[in-house]
Amino acid sequence: MIEQLAGSWNYIIVVILMMTGLFMVIARANLVKKMIGLSIFQTSVFIFYISLGKMAGGTAPILDGNPDTLYSNPLPHVLILTAIVVGVATTALGLALILRINEAFGSVEEDEIIAAKASQSLARPKRPTSEAAE
Amino acid sequence: MMVGLVIDIFLLALLVLIAVMVVRTGRLYAVIVMSGAYSLTSAAIFVNLDAVDVAFTEAAVGAGISTVLFLAAMAYIPADEKPSQNRNLLAGVICIGAGALLLFAVMDLPSLGDAMAPVHQHVAPRYLAESGSALHIPNVVTTVLASYRGFDTLGETIVVFTAGLGVLMLLAGATRTKRVKTDNRKVAAKTAKPKTNKPKSATKTARTKA
Repeated sequence: MIEQLAGSWNYIIVVILMMTGLFMVIARANLVKKMIGLSIFQTSVFIFYISLGKMAGGTAPILDGNPDTLYSNPLPHVLILTAIVVGVATTALGLALILRINEAFGSVEEDEIIAAKASQSLARPKRPTSEAAE
Repeated sequence: MMVGLVIDIFLLALLVLIAVMVVRTGRLYAVIVMSGAYSLTSAAIFVNLDAVDVAFTEAAVGAGISTVLFLAAMAYIPADEKPSQNRNLLAGVICIGAGALLLFAVMDLPSLGDAMAPVHQHVAPRYLAESGSALHIPNVVTTVLASYRGFDTLGETIVVFTAGLGVLMLLAGATRTKRVKTDNRKVAAKTAKPKTNKPKSATKTARTKA
């Protein structure tokens, strides 16, 4: 039982972290916290892949010339290297969008942005009448 | 192996602790620094799981560049999270439900480090056996990244280029609107005619005058 728990401990933690990230994305209205929730989710996926590639008694996949050395699987490492770099690119894009949203609505809180949008769309049809009154 | 396993269990528990603190903290600077610590801890986990290349990429890019990007963005936005409409219950139900399903699925995975796991049976043994004599690069991760899966890396470069282009376009737009706004202010201060070559600022000043 304990052996089985130790064997799947990484995967259990990965699921917990993944759900923590998802919870942040859904429950928090602040856009910056949503982005950080996404990055927590993302890192949990990285840990999942790297855990799958681990070989018991293995070492880092750098060849040492000895044919008996056991190496961990290099393929998940390559995939996650790509994913980390793409992850920082999407983070940068998300932050640029947040800055623009902050500029347009004066807030990074989802509730306030929705309220500001609603009042904008209410205000727009009224504008000609107010000008006509003047 | 045993020491490695103990370190692994400890670091993963630390990661959960940091994640929970990130959820509960409202001050965004603290949240950003904690997410940097989260990335650094996960880099330590990657070293322990033999993924040294991933570890230093995560330490440099995840803990370094992302944290700097977040801090740079914080210069323009409010430093504190405002209390918002409570959606904890709905989100909690969704997350616990999805988490339970995932845990159910995870129980069928081969245990950590199992040499007979399917992931170790496919192309990876060939990469490990052949890349040394075929390409003479000792680091197999480099070989696979640049040679066997070079097209993946090309795709990654295209994605990063597109994201960089998107960031530049969004931020260039930001400075343009700022310039228009300051123009408006200058115009309003001087109460002079709006510039004829900028129709956007002209309509805006007209609107503010009205």
